[in-house]
Amino acid sequence: MIVRDVICPFCACLCDDLDVHVEEGRVTGVDNACDLGSHKFMTDHRMEGPVRRTASGWQDIPLEEAIRETAELLQAAERPLLYGWSGTCGEAQSAGVHLAERVGGIIDATTSVCHGPSILAIQEVGHPGCTLGQVKNRADVVVYWGCNPQHAHPRHLSRYTTYTDGFFVKNAFKERRLILADIRGTDSTNVADEVVRLQPGGDYAVLGALRAIVRGKGDVVPPEVAGVSREQLFRIADLCKKARYGAFFFGMGLTQTAGKYKNIRNAIELVDELNRHTKWTLTPMRGHFNVYGFNEVCTWMTGYPYAVDFSRGMAFYNPGETTAVDILARKECDMCLVVASDPAAHFPAEAVEHLASIPVVQLDPFPNLTTAFARIQIPVAVSGIDAEGTAYRMDGVPLRLRKVLDRGYPDDVTILSEIARRIGEGGGA
Amino acid sequence: MTGLLIKNAYVIDPLNGIRGEVMDIAVRDGWIVESVQDGAEVIDAKGCLTLPGGIDSHTHICGTKVNFGRYMMPEDMRAGRTQRRGVMHSTSGYSVPTTYGNSYRYCAMGYTSVLEGAMAPLEARHTHEEFAATPLQDTMANTLFDGNWPVMEAVRDHDVKRAAAIVAWTLAAVKGFAIKLTNPGGSECWGWGKNVKCIRETVPYFEVSPAEIIEILVRANELLRLPHSVHLHCNNLGVPGNYQCTIGSMDLAPDLNPDRQSLYLTHVQFHAYGGTSWKDICSKAEPVACAVNQRPQITIDMGQMMFGKTTTMTADGPMEFNLYRLHHNKWSNHDVELETTAGIIPVYYSRTSVVNCVMWAIGLELALMVRNPWQCLLATDNPNGGPFIKYPEIIALLMSRRYREEELQNLAPGTMSRITLPALDRELDWHDIAVMTRAGQARALGIRSIGKGHLGPGAEADIAIYPLRVDETDPSRQYRDVIRAFQKTSWTVKRGRPVARDGEILVPGTNKTIWVKPKVPEEYDMGKDPEFARNFDRYYTVRMSNYPVQDLYLQRSLCMESEAQL
Ligand code: SF4
Ligand SMILES: [Zn+2]
Repeated sequence: MIVRDVICPFCACLCDDLDVHVEEGRVTGVDNACDLGSHKFMTDHRMEGPVRRTASGWQDIPLEEAIRETAELLQAAERPLLYGWSGTCGEAQSAGVHLAERVGGIIDATTSVCHGPSILAIQEVGHPGCTLGQVKNRADVVVYWGCNPQHAHPRHLSRYTTYTDGFFVKNAFKERRLILADIRGTDSTNVADEVVRLQPGGDYAVLGALRAIVRGKGDVVPPEVAGVSREQLFRIADLCKKARYGAFFFGMGLTQTAGKYKNIRNAIELVDELNRHTKWTLTPMRGHFNVYGFNEVCTWMTGYPYAVDFSRGMAFYNPGETTAVDILARKECDMCLVVASDPAAHFPAEAVEHLASIPVVQLDPFPNLTTAFARIQIPVAVSGIDAEGTAYRMDGVPLRLRKVLDRGYPDDVTILSEIARRIGEGGGA
Repeated sequence: MTGLLIKNAYVIDPLNGIRGEVMDIAVRDGWIVESVQDGAEVIDAKGCLTLPGGIDSHTHICGTKVNFGRYMMPEDMRAGRTQRRGVMHSTSGYSVPTTYGNSYRYCAMGYTSVLEGAMAPLEARHTHEEFAATPLQDTMANTLFDGNWPVMEAVRDHDVKRAAAIVAWTLAAVKGFAIKLTNPGGSECWGWGKNVKCIRETVPYFEVSPAEIIEILVRANELLRLPHSVHLHCNNLGVPGNYQCTIGSMDLAPDLNPDRQSLYLTHVQFHAYGGTSWKDICSKAEPVACAVNQRPQITIDMGQMMFGKTTTMTADGPMEFNLYRLHHNKWSNHDVELETTAGIIPVYYSRTSVVNCVMWAIGLELALMVRNPWQCLLATDNPNGGPFIKYPEIIALLMSRRYREEELQNLAPGTMSRITLPALDRELDWHDIAVMTRAGQARALGIRSIGKGHLGPGAEADIAIYPLRVDETDPSRQYRDVIRAFQKTSWTVKRGRPVARDGEILVPGTNKTIWVKPKVPEEYDMGKDPEFARNFDRYYTVRMSNYPVQDLYLQRSLCMESEAQL
């Protein structure tokens, strides 16, 4: 059987043109996906069923029991953290927010360690954005800053920018100019018309210089800014101003390096400035396929995109205080429910150390580094492969993930609702 | 479900010609009936004002740009927080509350149905997800067609039927309710950072004018026999001198439908400006209201502006950018491929600003100068002119000349010569208010047929009982009591069930979404049109098969089918 127009649940490009071949409950082939996407469909190392850690190793336990124990742990905890969410569907994220409210916990997503700074900048100055089809159909200048799309979002160039023709851009490869700004050469810099090689930590200064030039204050720019020549800066500013439509994409090379949210703010204000001359938009290259979905769901439910603390019965948001890493590093958190992510692989050492000292329950189809700290792991269906649901693309376009096969695993929504039901029955927090 | 009997209700029910009568209302299985058996739950209304549930025919509460407003403004979220309590979830937000915040606050004010003013089809799934989390109202979505490429191509070819067919396919696919045009043609121009300045200007490449888009879609709308008319946000919003464009737009709609208007103009306050710049802006509410009075085929809503902090969010991208350049506050924009655009910026409407004072006066002038209340509905374009929690104050301003005079004292010097409000004596009565907040909306939206906006047998039992005795209240003097009463019902009944008492929410609720599906002949089914499908898959970044919103997104679904005349 071939399932057509399947949505890829790997990166936030959410390519929706995959043809998936399914035979006897297994994926046997995937057309149109990149290697990352196909690999996710083809991987088969799932855990069999729920397990609990004991002194003598992992013990298989019935699902019932895993759910009951998780509910008890959540209820007993003073300051539970519900973390992850970028690898599951919106319906599960919504169930998670309700659960966090119910137990007076903190809910946070992987956002806080990737594009959290982008959100802080947007909260200061706003966000001139668009859907990716605007870029595909109109853009004649595209900037990628601090990201390597060929590597992290392999079909971004072929679906939305360099290699795809659009309505007003009949021959994209020729007509679209590509500017790449990075501290090192990558496979993406090879295809660029203009490569800006800046010194590590130099983003803020280079963006500032470009803003000055676009504003007509270029005379303040010195001969070299963070490794980039004045001449190149003027050339780029000119290219940007003369664009019919410009699109600025940026990644973690901008959000997680020196300057952090100030970098993003500078990038946004550069784009605002360019809008006084021509049309420009900006889009963060969100990583996990539904990390943006979490931000959307959490926002309409609580008012805030991530890092929400319900301990006072209302939604309280203060990144730096209510973000997962900080709660853990302060050793405040006394229980953690991890859903669809791998904090042990991405958190700083002191946060991981604390994670190792508290009860952790993990909902994840696959074993990962966090499994090593988990007291219980419940394997669930993979959203977009054996479970349906909603996901939001990096530009905010919501899509319905397909279920292409049934492997008999419960999905995240079912497990989370069941946990919530038990807590409700127990009289709860 | 057992029955419900509301006793001693002082009922105003304009659609049934009831102008104030003490009576009982019987409810069974969610509907109003002639009588119920003994044993029904009884609510004693104690002679208090009882109206059909409120209907907002233009508000922004759900979807991509609303959520972006929340996302970019933690300061607004902090400004309105409530704790989880009983069946109520915690809420956040002042001008752009969370979905539960909107739902609870509307419910406490007796509102039971609301129309989201702008949904981009490509992002419809998002709007429906938020509708599902808006449990205490029935919801509908205006669907944006202002910059729709296939529609503009049909308009260029003067092909009304094809335009209608594209609209039919899209509305059914995204579970939308009505055709919305926001700054028609301007959204496509904004794709290049430009705009249209007049309804006769042409949109580059597509070679159509806003006027042509409006004219063709008004006709297409009637061919499709949609419940609502075309819902228009005119070009040139907020531009001094724009009133002529507004009146010009009214002239594009002939009188085509005996049951309702043929063109609905929204938030007209923002479109009734004279002058040539912010320096000499003045009210042109009078010529605009006159134009409405002469054209029974037009209905408008006020788009009243109220002083204080709020957020502007519209599909009028270029206008929002102009506001940004004016205030230099934070600015967000979101262009949607092949369809439309949106912009968001926070604002503060101040009594010290002459411009803001003129805006405030214009909304009231429109409501007082349009003679027929069925043609001018009460709304703020929530939250653009102010959050909907200000509606009770607007009601009081319309009912009390004395209240207006008091407020006029506080306006910025220099305002008086630019407005006509001080000369207007009219004070609206309870019946006018009932028309402007529910009955008129039901008629304008075409949802009377499904039992909305009235209290006769066969109506859906959406009922609001306000703590106010009409016989003991002189609104002209006791306007503070009027405000208090409209802020919080004694009871709000939804689908036959009491859902709020004195502002406390009693049940979790379940959303119902009303949408339309015009049935078209086979040859007009765009789902089977090869050219439409080819261009779809070529220019959109989602496949045509992934575009329609699945049924499961609607918790309760009410599809209004129609037989298109194509
Ligand atoms: S680019 Fe991303 S979404 Fe597309 S196929 Fe590759 S991993 Fe999947
Ligand atoms: Zn509006």
